[in-house]
Amino acid sequence: MSLESAFGDDPAFVPYLAAGDPSIEASKAYVEALDRGGADVIELGLPFSEPIAEGPTIQAAVVRALQAGMTPPRYLEFVRDLNVETPLVCMTYYNLIYQYRDESDRGGPDAFVHAAADAGVEGFVVPDLPVEEADPMRAACDDAGVDLVSIVAPTTGDDRLERLLAISSGYVYVQARLGVTGAKDDVSGRTAETLARLREYDTTLPKAVGFGIRTGDHAERIVGAGADGVIVGSALVDIVAKGAETEKPTDAVAEQLADLARELKAGALQGRMAVEPERK
Amino acid sequence: MSFKTRRSAGDGKFGEYGGQYVPEVLMPALEELTDAYERYVLSNEDGFMDELRERLRDFGGRPTPLGRADRLSERYDTEVYLKREDLLHGGAHKLNNALGQVLLAKYMGKERIVAETGAGQHGTATAMAAAHLDMPCEVYMGRTDINRQRPNVFRMRLNGAEVNPVTVGRGTLKEAISETMRDWAMTVENTHYVIGSVVGPHPFPSMVREFHAVISREARQQFDEQVGGLPDAVLACAGGGSNTMGTFDAFLDDDSVSLYAVEAGGSGLGVNDETGVAPNSASLSTGTDGVLHGARTKILQDPDGQIVESHSVSAGLDYAGVGPQLAHLVDTGRVSPVNVDDNAALAGFHRLSNTEGVIPALETAHAFGFIEENHEDLGDRVVVNVSGRGDKDLETVIEETASHDIENAPDMDVFERMGGL
Ligand SMILES: Cc1ncc(COP(=O)(O)O)c(C=O)c1O
Repeated sequence: MSLESAFGDDPAFVPYLAAGDPSIEASKAYVEALDRGGADVIELGLPFSEPIAEGPTIQAAVVRALQAGMTPPRYLEFVRDLNVETPLVCMTYYNLIYQYRDESDRGGPDAFVHAAADAGVEGFVVPDLPVEEADPMRAACDDAGVDLVSIVAPTTGDDRLERLLAISSGYVYVQARLGVTGAKDDVSGRTAETLARLREYDTTLPKAVGFGIRTGDHAERIVGAGADGVIVGSALVDIVAKGAETEKPTDAVAEQLADLARELKAGALQGRMAVEPERK
Repeated sequence: MSFKTRRSAGDGKFGEYGGQYVPEVLMPALEELTDAYERYVLSNEDGFMDELRERLRDFGGRPTPLGRADRLSERYDTEVYLKREDLLHGGAHKLNNALGQVLLAKYMGKERIVAETGAGQHGTATAMAAAHLDMPCEVYMGRTDINRQRPNVFRMRLNGAEVNPVTVGRGTLKEAISETMRDWAMTVENTHYVIGSVVGPHPFPSMVREFHAVISREARQQFDEQVGGLPDAVLACAGGGSNTMGTFDAFLDDDSVSLYAVEAGGSGLGVNDETGVAPNSASLSTGTDGVLHGARTKILQDPDGQIVESHSVSAGLDYAGVGPQLAHLVDTGRVSPVNVDDNAALAGFHRLSNTEGVIPALETAHAFGFIEENHEDLGDRVVVNVSGRGDKDLETVIEETASHDIENAPDMDVFERMGGL
C-alpha cells in the first residue's frame, strides 16, 4: 500500500513514536499497539543526538532511545521485526541518512534509503532538509520507490509552497504552528489559514496536520478545518515517558497508547462527519 | 574572491560545505536575512555600513591596535605582532558581529534578539549591542558554561539581557545553539537570531565573516604601514571560526601569507569509541564531513553520524563543528589546521600574561601555545590575533593551572590560604 492511498476516504490518524524508547522491546510493543489502535500511517523516529525541531518531550524520548542503544542499523532491524500492517515513515535528521554506509560501503542518502526501503519503510520525513537541499534525497527516494514528505510551515510563503508541493510525495506535513514539536497543546488558528491556502493549489496530496494535537477533540477540530489526517507525537510520547518513569508494565502502557490512538482516530472521524455535508 | 568586490551573498556553498539544513519554518527568515545582508551590508543601503562603522568606532573603540610583542619576538627570534581584538569593547572580537547583526535586525524591523553563547563573550557582546541599540535580548547558555564563565553571566544580566540556562546534554555551546534555534522557530516572525560564529545555515557563515573581516582589513594595512609588506604567517584560534575567518579574510588572496587555524586539542585527539566522547574540539583537524546546525561542514561524530560531545579547557572553543568556509579552506590547503592541548594553552596563557602584560582569553591562548612549539616554521614575521582578554577565565585558569602543574604559572597558593577578608 502506498502512503497516499493509506489516506483513504476517512481521515487518517498518523501517530509518532521514537524507535527504541524507552527500550527496544517495549518500543516494539508500543508501535504494535498504535497499529491496533487504528493508525493509518506510523511515523517512526530514528533518534538523532541534535534534534533541533523537537520540544522537550520528544528530546527526552530521543535521549532514552539513544541510551537504549538505538542506532541506524538497529533501527532497520527493528522495522524488519515489527509485526504491523500500517505503512511506516522514517522520521529522522539528515546527518544520520548522510553518514550511513551499507555492506558494500555505499554511502550518502542512496544507501540508507534503499536499506530502509528493503526493511519495509515506505517514506521519509526529514525536518532539517528543506527543498533547497532535498535533491539527493529526492532522487534516492524516487529510485527506491518510497515517498519523501515535505513539511509546510505557517511561515511558508506562496512561492515556497509551490516548490514544496512540487517535490513532496505521499502526503504533506502541515506544521500547525510556529515552534517545535510539543510546544503547545491546543489548536492554532493558523492551521485553518494554512489549510485554506493549500486548497488553492492543484494537488492531490493528502494534508496531514501536526504540532500540538493531543486529544480526540483537537483531532476533530483539525479535520473539521479540512485536514486529511492528524499527526500526533508528544501526547503519545508522554504516555511512554510516564510509563518509563513509574516502571509500569509494558502491556499496560501499550494499552494506554492504543486507547489514546482510538480516541484520536474517533475524533478525526467525528471531524469529518461535521464537514462532510458542506463538502458534498 | 577579494573582499573589495563582494556584492552578492552567493549561494552559501563553500565547495561541498555550507547550505541550509534547517526546518522549513526558518527558511523564509533566512531568505529575508540573505536579502537584508546583500542590501544593507554588501551594498550599504540606507547608509547601514556607514552607521555600523561609526558605532564600532565610537561605541566599540575601533580600530584596534596592531603592536609588536617585544619579549616574544626576542624569545622566538621572529617578529611577532599582536592584533588586539581584546581591546574591543566587551573584551573580544565578538562585538564586530554582534553590533552588526543587532543593527541589521533593527534595519529589518525586528523587535527582539536571541543569541547563544559558549564562553559568554558572544552573549556579552550581544547584550551590550542590544542595550546600546535598545532591543530586548535573550541569551541561551549551557549550564557547564554558566559555571565556568560566571563573570560573563553577570555582565549579560547587567546589560539587561535574560540568560536562559540550557540543561540538556553536557550543557555547552552545541546544546545552546540547538536551543536558540528552537526559540527562533517559535519567534521567527519578530525575532532575529544573532548567531555567534561563522556557523549555521546560509547566510550566517558569510555574513558573520563579513562583519569580522574588519580585523584583517585593519591588520593588513597596519602591518604594511608599521612594518612594510605582508607578514609571513597569520595565526588565530578556531572554535566556530569567527575570529579566524575575520583575521584571514583580507589575506586569503595573498599567497605568500600562511594561515594557521589553531584548534583546541583538549586532553587528546580523536573520539573515544568507548565513551563516545571527543576529549578535544579539533573538528578541522580530526572531524569528518557531516551536517550540524544547518550546515554541511567538518564535525565530530561517531560512525553512525551522532554528534559527539567535545571538550576543551576553553568554553569558546568547545564545539563539535566549525564554519563551512573554514572547512573548505582547509580542504583546499589554503588554511593549515593545527591544534594544541589544554596544557600548552594554559602555558601560553601564562607566557603572554607575564612577558607581555596581556592576559589573553583561554581561547586565544591556544594560538600562543602553538607559536611556542612551531615558531621556527612560521617565517620571520607573524601576526597573531588576540581574539579576547582573559578576565572571564581567571577562576578556571587558577584551578586548572594547579591541577595541570603548568611550569610557568605564578604561585597563587598563598592567597588561597588567606581566606576571605
Ligand atoms: C575570545 C574568544 N576567542 C575565540 C572564540 C572562539 O570563537 P570563534 O572561533 O568563532 O572565533 C571565542 C568564543 O567564545 C572567544 O570568546
